[in-house]
Amino acid sequence: MSLQLYISTRKGLWIADGGPSGDTFELRGPTFLGQQCHHCVLDPRDGRTLLLASRQWHLGPTVFRSDDGGRTFVEAEHPPRFAKGDARGRAVDHVFWLTPGHADEPGVWYCGTSPQGLFRSEDGGRSWEPVSGYVDHPDQQKWAGGDKDQTPDGGKLHSVLVDPRDPARLFVSMSGGGTFTSGDRGATWSPMNQGVDMDFAPPPPEGEEYPYGHDPHHMVQHPTSPDRFWQQNHCGIYRRDGVDGRWIRVGRNMPADVGDVGFPVVVHPKDPDTAFVFPMDGTKDWPRTPPHGRPAMYLTRDGGETWQRRDAGLPTEQAWWTVKRQAMCGDGRDPLGIYLGNTNGEVWRTRDEGASFECLFRHLPHVYAITAGEAS
Amino acid sequence: MNVRVVLPSQLQGYTDGLREVPAEGATPGEVLADLDRRFPGLRFRVIDEQDRVRRHILLFVDRERTEDLDRPLVEGTVITLVGALSGG
Repeated sequence: MSLQLYISTRKGLWIADGGPSGDTFELRGPTFLGQQCHHCVLDPRDGRTLLLASRQWHLGPTVFRSDDGGRTFVEAEHPPRFAKGDARGRAVDHVFWLTPGHADEPGVWYCGTSPQGLFRSEDGGRSWEPVSGYVDHPDQQKWAGGDKDQTPDGGKLHSVLVDPRDPARLFVSMSGGGTFTSGDRGATWSPMNQGVDMDFAPPPPEGEEYPYGHDPHHMVQHPTSPDRFWQQNHCGIYRRDGVDGRWIRVGRNMPADVGDVGFPVVVHPKDPDTAFVFPMDGTKDWPRTPPHGRPAMYLTRDGGETWQRRDAGLPTEQAWWTVKRQAMCGDGRDPLGIYLGNTNGEVWRTRDEGASFECLFRHLPHVYAITAGEAS
Repeated sequence: MNVRVVLPSQLQGYTDGLREVPAEGATPGEVLADLDRRFPGLRFRVIDEQDRVRRHILLFVDRERTEDLDRPLVEGTVITLVGALSGG
């Protein structure tokens, strides 16, 4: 096995090969130079199949598949697309998110798109069909909202999760729209936003909550304690215990001068109480840069009751880059390595849960996403 | 109807590097369908699932810019696909 990083950028894909040890990385690429690469994910079920969500500035969106660790790619025969004649005239602008299906369903993948759409492949990403229970749901437009409810380059469906206990149990998040779950492979959906703030909307009536319309930035489910979720939202950091539970805004325990706005969240694979976030400035004009120009990861080991700053090795001043929601990941190893890419084209790593950071690569394009995989 | 299609560099990966290819069709839509049969995937990169020319693609019939995929063509027409000014 070889530890690899899949670095998707605004102008191409790079693969960093760390070999069995993962000590040092050799950078391979670019592949698809000049194309916007939104997400590249290795299939953990075979350690070999890579899917890449890509578009070119001028051309429409598509998905590429590699069977040889990213050396060669073949375009999907039927990329994700809404039905022709869609009543709302929807067309996929870009494929934003890729998720391998359940371990018991080899070949199944899901993808989330902009505008918000959910698609499923049963043949390893070669062809995709809409999950009609979501895409055609009569309330889907209410959930996702209109143009004014979206992220600047279009609304996104992201954080597609397949419950490790049940391949039929799905979770998705929408920016905007909130988080929803399905117990029947996407045929029917229920919102799961209880406890999540929506500071940007008028206050709901006393004693009530908005059922949807929230802005989750990133959501993760713990792999071996799957009742535990973490969410980094436009309006705070949350923890959730149990599918029927409420979200608890544990970000309120963050330092006041840092706040609890950010994009990514990573959960420790062996400890559901340990999570990592990378805060950004969400005050006044929302620069989405590190608070005070001093980037730092924050770590909790007690479910969000307390947070510790981790910045050794990161720039100590005048650093104004952003880590996007797909651009921080763990490698699943013990000890856990965490990798982050930024809008300045740098890739950073910590192998001691934030006690120290080192810069692996500089001068890449704006990093959209980093994922790690154990390639066979 | 026999026409010629001039492709932007972004699409030449589908045509094995050819900038210009012959095609058949009585309308731009038919021509693109013909191209897609020979170069699978090409059409969807320039025409979305609602049959609209994508935002950053321009389609010319001879020298006239159009988004009408059903307009009639004449023998010898040159269809030019252009990647619009975008990116950065």
